[in-house]
Amino acid sequence: MKAALVGNPNVGKTSVFNLLTGLNQKVGNYPGITVDKKWGHFNHQGTHVELLDLPGLYSIYPKSQDEEVVFQVLRQKDHRDHPDLVIVVMDATNLERNLFLATQILDLGIPTLLIANMIDLMDKDHVGVNFEKLTELLGGVPLVPFNARTGQDLALLKSALLEVSLEGASSPHTQEFTNLEECNTGRHEEAALGEARYKRIRQILSFCQPSPRKRSARHQKWDQILTHPVWGYLIFLSLLALIFQTIFAWSEVPMNLIDTVFLTLSQWTQATLPTGPLPDLISQGLIPGLGGVMIFIPQIALLFGFIFVLEETGYMARVVFITDRLIRPFGLNGRSIVPLISGVACAIPAVMATRTIDHWKERLITIMVVPLMSCSARLPVYTLLIALVVPDVSWGIFNLKGMVLMALYLVGFVAALFSALLFKWLLKTKEKSFLVMELPDYKIPRWSNLGITMLEKCKVFVWEAGKVILAISVILWLLASYGPGGQMASAIAKIPVPNESAQQTDYQQQVKSVALEHSYIGRAGKWMEPVIQPLGYNWQIGISLITSFLAREVFVGSMATIYSVGETFESDQTLLERMSHQRNGLGKPVYTLASGISLMLFYAFAMQCMSTLAVVRRETKSWKWPLIQLVYMTALAYISALIVFNLLN
Amino acid sequence: MTLDQVSNSSRAYIVREVKKGPLTTKLIDMGLFPGKEIRLLFKAPFGDPIAIEVQSYTLSLRREEAALISIE
Repeated sequence: MKAALVGNPNVGKTSVFNLLTGLNQKVGNYPGITVDKKWGHFNHQGTHVELLDLPGLYSIYPKSQDEEVVFQVLRQKDHRDHPDLVIVVMDATNLERNLFLATQILDLGIPTLLIANMIDLMDKDHVGVNFEKLTELLGGVPLVPFNARTGQDLALLKSALLEVSLEGASSPHTQEFTNLEECNTGRHEEAALGEARYKRIRQILSFCQPSPRKRSARHQKWDQILTHPVWGYLIFLSLLALIFQTIFAWSEVPMNLIDTVFLTLSQWTQATLPTGPLPDLISQGLIPGLGGVMIFIPQIALLFGFIFVLEETGYMARVVFITDRLIRPFGLNGRSIVPLISGVACAIPAVMATRTIDHWKERLITIMVVPLMSCSARLPVYTLLIALVVPDVSWGIFNLKGMVLMALYLVGFVAALFSALLFKWLLKTKEKSFLVMELPDYKIPRWSNLGITMLEKCKVFVWEAGKVILAISVILWLLASYGPGGQMASAIAKIPVPNESAQQTDYQQQVKSVALEHSYIGRAGKWMEPVIQPLGYNWQIGISLITSFLAREVFVGSMATIYSVGETFESDQTLLERMSHQRNGLGKPVYTLASGISLMLFYAFAMQCMSTLAVVRRETKSWKWPLIQLVYMTALAYISALIVFNLLN
Repeated sequence: MTLDQVSNSSRAYIVREVKKGPLTTKLIDMGLFPGKEIRLLFKAPFGDPIAIEVQSYTLSLRREEAALISIE
């Protein structure tokens, strides 16, 4: 049996879904659009039920892509997801607005079960509802009062579900949808129909709910503080600082662990398997590639954990409320704030977090500019280059090195805002931006939903974006390990093999360096040199620019390989020394203040992260947007690096 | 008078009409139909957006959206 779950946002629909299906959940796509499809299954008394969780909405007439999906699934009888029965989850404390959607669903003529959720709050607010009377007035539709917070009476709910499937639909009590082949009513007609529907609901409710609930005063107290012109922003900023501190602190250990596990695995397979192209591909291409996907899991899980808590408590809507006006001039809306700021940790979860922005244009702009925020992977690059080229000068507590680092973060943020402005002008859209948003009551989150949400986000990332990341990293590995003709082998053969074992590490490092230089990527780096010379770079940097497409921090490792030294530049000064002695064709040093700042600016703006591109493709469902992003960010990086290099040189 | 002009949060207003346009249905779906009693709750810093009480829940709208709603 196929069932579908429908309801307004913030009524506990997800809790009901989680209670019914537990961990038997899957996430996928509706073909061609950017709406996630979530479904699960369970068995009750020998019946297998497949449950589809449809996006939350207020009315069946579609106004966004999400709502369009619900409309099509429910309206088109031949749709592959068309359900045999619909479960409508309602907030028992706000029946009027919830019945608006519920009666629309009833009119579709699909067998329906109504759930009046949050009866605990209803009792607390002393709003008595006569549910038997309501069922009667709605034409005998089965209705189950429920409390998803405790999950009490879950078995009762499941049995009611099976009963509905046996009995079939009650007759629709308006003709609104019966003559409607497609959604072809005009907007004005829809508005009139909506008005009439609300009038009828009021009439029905007047018989079964003597005193509709008034908003209770305890919530207003909180609102006054959290949307206050001073306290509101201060609380938001401190909360953000706390969240990022926690993300960095808590993700470090699991990230190191994942790194170590995959490194050990790679070394172990290398030692165990016989040498040859295929075992090399597994041990050095595939396994590190997999590690490169898994490494993001701690940050994704933590960020979505925090976002879940912010959403569930109702606080997120207040954040949107107080930031909307500030960010609107840039073509963004209040919902862009959290993804944008999350970009400072990592663009990948940040791009995934844009899901909450319903307006497509604003969502797209947010996705396009998020990677300009300085993510944590840029930090190792900045640290190396600052140590190399920025002089150690201080004025009191201000240190020039620190100031440069801060300027790089600021520059990223400003670039993000102005690129947003640019996209606002460039992107044409028919829909007008709006913010008609419910401010839900403050609630304590249901903690068992937390783990399920974190798991779901990680699964989506690994399965959907992970494939692309793995493929690109294997290709990059191949290009860095093999070269045209026999040049690589003959160049390696020229290096004198040391007799003493003490010089073995040195020899190995030289072999690696020569191999990279003669690989396809090495050739590309040299071929690129004329293009990047105006920015003050040489072919060694060219190679690292290409390899850091794997992840920006790979720059440091590539530099170490090229200069045949160990990778730990913080403790071992040899990399810094060798880089600072590097001369160009005219005998001048390569790494000067001018070329160093130019390179840092390049890293601040360039889209050098295949994982972000993979996630953007997954979130926009096309290669078009990641490609535009790659082009505009690279152009921005190139031009600003060029200007800065020429100004400083 | 339209909803964006309200600054008094101590009295209730009745929705008289929702201006015809692309947002009409959305606003009516959210419960802002003619005859509905609403009340201003609070405003965001800079006076935009605003939060109103629509019987049993809180709705926020931008000022330009509130301007579509005539009240009495």
